[in-house]
Amino acid sequence: MERALILRGALAGAVGGFLAFVFARIFAEPQISAAINYESGRDAAQNALDKAAGQAVPAMGPDIFSRTIQANVGIGVGMVFFGVAMGLLFAVTYTICLGRAGGVRARTLALLVAGGGLLSMYVVPFLKYPANPPAIGHEDTIRSRSVLYLTMTLAAVLLLIGAVLLGRWLQARLGTWNAALAAGAAYVVAVGIVMALLPSLGELAANVHTFGRHATETPLPLRDPQGRIVYPGFPADTLATFRIYSLLAQVILWGAIGLVFAPLAERVLAPLSSPEAARRDAAPASLR
Amino acid sequence: MSTIPNAAPTTRASATPIVTSEARAFAWIFGAAIVALALYYFIGVDQGAFSVFGSDTHIHEFVHDSRHFLGFPCH
Repeated sequence: MERALILRGALAGAVGGFLAFVFARIFAEPQISAAINYESGRDAAQNALDKAAGQAVPAMGPDIFSRTIQANVGIGVGMVFFGVAMGLLFAVTYTICLGRAGGVRARTLALLVAGGGLLSMYVVPFLKYPANPPAIGHEDTIRSRSVLYLTMTLAAVLLLIGAVLLGRWLQARLGTWNAALAAGAAYVVAVGIVMALLPSLGELAANVHTFGRHATETPLPLRDPQGRIVYPGFPADTLATFRIYSLLAQVILWGAIGLVFAPLAERVLAPLSSPEAARRDAAPASLR
Repeated sequence: MSTIPNAAPTTRASATPIVTSEARAFAWIFGAAIVALALYYFIGVDQGAFSVFGSDTHIHEFVHDSRHFLGFPCH
């Protein structure tokens, strides 16, 4: 039973990852290319300024994989394996929830768990630390940024589990509707507290030291020593479009996981839910 | 989590069977979670902030675009 569910979760995740890859290849790659072109142009402008100031210009290392490989193969492998990972986590959660979700049907439960995955694994962390295209993000802060992102994600997941348990506990006294509302409100407040406590990326000590106080690491206009702008800040449209597409890709991924898994799970669970099985389950344990 | 309001929660039979009560289910669930977290780590984090293969960056560069697009921090 659990084996069948987990393998179907991995399958649903692979399907979702593949669909998200197709979406990414068509919609995200032009934005990623625009961001990389911006970065190259900015690096060239920075090098020209450094040269004019008599500073050494750092040599660029060779690319390990060409842009063609990264944009056509690498992103596909990354999206599909991420989808499998999320499909597995989804199936684990789903299997644990089975039999503990009251009157929720098997396929409805699939959509609820997928929604919880989308919310806690992506949307909530995204609200605090949104996805960034290449050219945004300083090399020296990669460790702090990773720790902060993973902390936010872990908090979003653990708090959602806590909110679900709280809702179950409140259900006996408040009823399902009010218990769900109360647990949802508790989740929003708890997540808000975590977001308020964690620093913005621009507030990291390394960034304040180098660039001054800003909310994010998004590149500002590049200025020459006289203060004239010699290269623009990161294009706002590219950033906004990239983030919307990133969010849509996750909706596609989790939507596919829920919708592919739901009928598969119903079929796996059908023999157990038949009237005959229900009668057997209702029998005293000693007769089983 | 239930979608049926006004039903008496204490007397209602569950619409789905409990699957995880068997000990053998634990191995599958635990194993799946480990595999999932390993994949998540290698696609999202390895060879950036932390690296299990030293200073090598092949995984990072290969999945580079998906790492950005999936929302992970990347330089």
